[in-house]
Amino acid sequence: MSPRRTDSGGRIDRLRTIRFTFDGAPYTGHAGDTLASALLANGVTLFGRSFKYHRPRGVLTSGVEEPNALVTVLRDEVREPNIAATMVEIYDGLTAVSQNRFPSLAWDVSAANQLGGRLLSAGFYYKTFMGPAIGPLKSTRFWMFCEHFIRRAAGLGRAGTAADTARYERMNAFCDVLVVGSGPAGLMAARAAADQGARVILSELEPRFGGSANWSGETIDGMPGADWAARAAGALEGYDNVRLLPRTTVWGYYDGNVLAALERVTDHKERPGKGEPRHRYWIIRAKSVVLATGSFERPLVFPGNDRPGVMLAHAAERYANEYGVLPGHRIALFTNHDSAYRSALALKKAGAAIVAIVDVRPELSSEMRELADEAEAKTFAGHAVVATEGGKALSGIKVQRFDMANGALAGDARSIQADCLLMSGGWSPTIHLASQAGAKAEWNAARQAFLPPKPTQMWPTQQWIGAGAFTGSFSTAEAIAEGRAAGLSAAGGTGTPAALPVVEAAPGDPDPAPVFEIRADGKSFVDFQHDVTAEDVRLARREGFISVEHLKRYTTLGMATDQGKSSNIPGLAIMAEALGKPIPEVGTTRFRPPFSAVSIGSLAAERFGDLRPERLTPMHDWHVANGATMYSAGLWYRPMIYGLSGETIEQAYVREARATRESAGIVDVSTLGKIAVQGPDAAEFLDRVYTNMFSTLAVGKARYGLMLREDGLAFDDGTTWRLAEQDFLMTTTTANAGKVMQHLEYFLDVIWPELKVHVTSVTDEWAGAAIGGPKARAILAACVTGTAVDNAALPFMGIVHGKISGVPVMICRLSFSGEMAFEVYSGAGYGTHVWEALIEAGKPFGLVTYGLEALGTMRIEKGHVTGAEIDGRTTARDLHLDWMLSKKKPFIGSAMMDREGLIAPGRLELVGLISLDNQPLNGGAHIVEALDEANPHDSIGHITACCYSPALGKYIALALVKDGKARRGTRAHISDPLRNRFGPVEIVSNHFFDPDGSRMHG
Amino acid sequence: MLITCPYCGPRDVIEFTYQGDGNRERPQSASQDLDAWNAYVYDRLNPAGDHNEIWQHSGGCRAHLRVVRNTLTHEISSVAFARGDHKSVARHKTEGKS
Repeated sequence: MSPRRTDSGGRIDRLRTIRFTFDGAPYTGHAGDTLASALLANGVTLFGRSFKYHRPRGVLTSGVEEPNALVTVLRDEVREPNIAATMVEIYDGLTAVSQNRFPSLAWDVSAANQLGGRLLSAGFYYKTFMGPAIGPLKSTRFWMFCEHFIRRAAGLGRAGTAADTARYERMNAFCDVLVVGSGPAGLMAARAAADQGARVILSELEPRFGGSANWSGETIDGMPGADWAARAAGALEGYDNVRLLPRTTVWGYYDGNVLAALERVTDHKERPGKGEPRHRYWIIRAKSVVLATGSFERPLVFPGNDRPGVMLAHAAERYANEYGVLPGHRIALFTNHDSAYRSALALKKAGAAIVAIVDVRPELSSEMRELADEAEAKTFAGHAVVATEGGKALSGIKVQRFDMANGALAGDARSIQADCLLMSGGWSPTIHLASQAGAKAEWNAARQAFLPPKPTQMWPTQQWIGAGAFTGSFSTAEAIAEGRAAGLSAAGGTGTPAALPVVEAAPGDPDPAPVFEIRADGKSFVDFQHDVTAEDVRLARREGFISVEHLKRYTTLGMATDQGKSSNIPGLAIMAEALGKPIPEVGTTRFRPPFSAVSIGSLAAERFGDLRPERLTPMHDWHVANGATMYSAGLWYRPMIYGLSGETIEQAYVREARATRESAGIVDVSTLGKIAVQGPDAAEFLDRVYTNMFSTLAVGKARYGLMLREDGLAFDDGTTWRLAEQDFLMTTTTANAGKVMQHLEYFLDVIWPELKVHVTSVTDEWAGAAIGGPKARAILAACVTGTAVDNAALPFMGIVHGKISGVPVMICRLSFSGEMAFEVYSGAGYGTHVWEALIEAGKPFGLVTYGLEALGTMRIEKGHVTGAEIDGRTTARDLHLDWMLSKKKPFIGSAMMDREGLIAPGRLELVGLISLDNQPLNGGAHIVEALDEANPHDSIGHITACCYSPALGKYIALALVKDGKARRGTRAHISDPLRNRFGPVEIVSNHFFDPDGSRMHG
Repeated sequence: MLITCPYCGPRDVIEFTYQGDGNRERPQSASQDLDAWNAYVYDRLNPAGDHNEIWQHSGGCRAHLRVVRNTLTHEISSVAFARGDHKSVARHKTEGKS
């Protein structure tokens, strides 16, 4: 028999024994135990070491707010640190280890830290590690130097390095009423809403529905509360319109009643069931929300309040009533209000001796005296606990007379032997979700607690209703009444008066005495997890950190993994006293999501790895089958080179580009953005959108166009084809297709709704192949039927319709490569068919396929611009495209493009560069007038694109250079210290090759 | 946050793209008033309260909407087509239902 397990009672399954290990030692527990309850049952009192002082710590609570008993759970290779032992359900083979101790939990060398406690007070790190003002470790460098050692000494669990192999899921859910919390209030709310026919989700962060009914020892409708709760939850299971979510923490409350929840599906199982994820991330959109999240009991702040064996009163009551575990045999209580008396009686009934009830209040009500008598406890009214004794477990307490009017202690301290001290400093409603939703909490002086605001003071986007302890109604009878009302109201129903369940509960005044701290010698902890003491709070005040926000950051109060669930209010109260202000004037911080820790895996769920969709051109498979090395350009995949065996990338693209200029080459241009611009006002619209004229364009002709942004900077370029009077096909750069579409839609919808124009994205409807080179026309002549392709039928920028291998095609004679070139468009489904026909027709002419590298090479040789030059900072003038700026009409950007900064001297202008040392140039390299390799400075520009030019036999580049046009014919240097590339270049025109265009005009 | 598109109905904000301050007034295209252009291109209101915004239902019907949203509470008090003359669309919808 475990030393602390009661002979009977509790809701564990005593017939099922579970074996687990903690710090390597084997233990047993029962099904239904948490790691905390099972270890307590085995007599374990020491659970961990504290964050800063490495003080021994036990378990303080029995739930999600646990600050002390944090453990690391090991599963196969995966370690998950900082889990509250109170939230771990044991299973066979569970392996848990304690944290923040070296070499072992019982003997920790860093525990000596507490001897130098004065050194480690609030702001210690800031003050100590600011470092000297000068020298090698000046200022923050000193901190960076020391940080490594500090991180090792202060901290919590260590994260694992093995990849998480668990599976996670995401789920979207919609409901009329989401009920958060399944205590008596939540159960009543869910039932009332479900009876109205509402779709209800009831979430409970614990494994079992019922909340306090599971351990309060109260009687509801003539049966033990736990039985009543089980029955109520069982009834809800029978409803088709109710979904029950146990082990599910609602952790975030977002706009429009969207709530985020984490369901721990298999953490309590030895092995997940087939197909079960570890965690499920619920995104719940609720028409209305019932917050029945209950409340947290507060610790009292007094010297030695962190010693193992000191526990919250309700937690001990819960261990006894729900788990059949006594946290001690000789138990003392220390309280400022009534609810601890019920706890005392529960522990007495479970078999413990209650050695003392120490109450700060000078007068006790007759009801409390009766409860104390029933518990056979000696009461110490008007007394306080001023010290605790013992090492890794409690051996006794010291009690002294206490005047709660002025906090003064009097008389001699009296020692009382006890192996467990239960404290209760009142209750704080769990208002986290309401606070996330924007509610401003209101201080209630009687309850000594922040309560959620009245519904009338809520923001309009909040649609929650509170019930039970969440609203400060701490009795079960009130919770039941409020829960039903909330459920009815949330479901939009009106209540017919029906009998409410009858509660038999111990009497008690819900209002505590306004006492948070007993000031006596020794460390009194406010934030247990971050080792913040009452003295630290006062020190922060003395040093000027008087706002709550500053107090929090300076002392780290409330910033640990428990987010101050048990420490916020005591910390605030101590600060208020130090400032001599009432608590509401000091204010409270707003809670942010998440309510408790959320696994990152659940947020990612199935979305990991490369999440981008792939866009493939119609000819993609052909490229892959024919030796193309594919390259990702945005979402698209495009051939980079069609390399031959043994070729380098440079050799491949040089061969492809050279062959194109010598005979012919073909490239897949299906990725270009294509937008159908149609309607009576299409030509007028294009005149407004492009800098140049399109209304004058003849049907069957295409024109190169340039767009500016509203601010006058260059935006995008491309050709637009006039297919009919009111029918244009606009092409955009691959990268800007989406942006241009949105730009056009915005102007048509918002600015010029009077224009009768419709724009449609047709990028995916057309397959495009550009075929260029001296033999290109002959190849087309060999395979195109239904139209002539000679100069008369198909002049430069002309469009013809014909067929290739039986498939209708549209051919436009335009050139990006600078060669005589044609773009052949066919329906996307026929793309490969047409492509193969062109390849076949080109065989006798030496046609090569070429990829992005050769495409880029030929465009650099021609000096055409792309996104690297239209970079959001350059103007049309900077790119020598000012010839395209019409003076006959306004267009988007025309008013702003001549602002003085955009026409001033000293702007970066497009130029060509030729490497004079015959070595490659690098994209992004800077240009300087005078080379200074040791101290690179005074950049006059940078390289935007570079290649080896087979046409020139040189390494060349395009660059944006300050006053570049005027520098043509001069020399400069590239300065690229990161890649250690320095060298001379000549600045030339960006039109390297065939500047007058004789090749493409033919 | 939900935006009720007049065409598609209530949809999650994830379907929409913010397209800027809806209070901006574009000068006449031929205007040379640089101050007015500057105000249009660069000046944005940043009210704490109701704000007139343009959103595009980019993951839906692609219409631009004029949305009045409270920047403090995220309450959306009105949504209308930005082009303002979508009676034809509304009629089309009614016809579709009958």
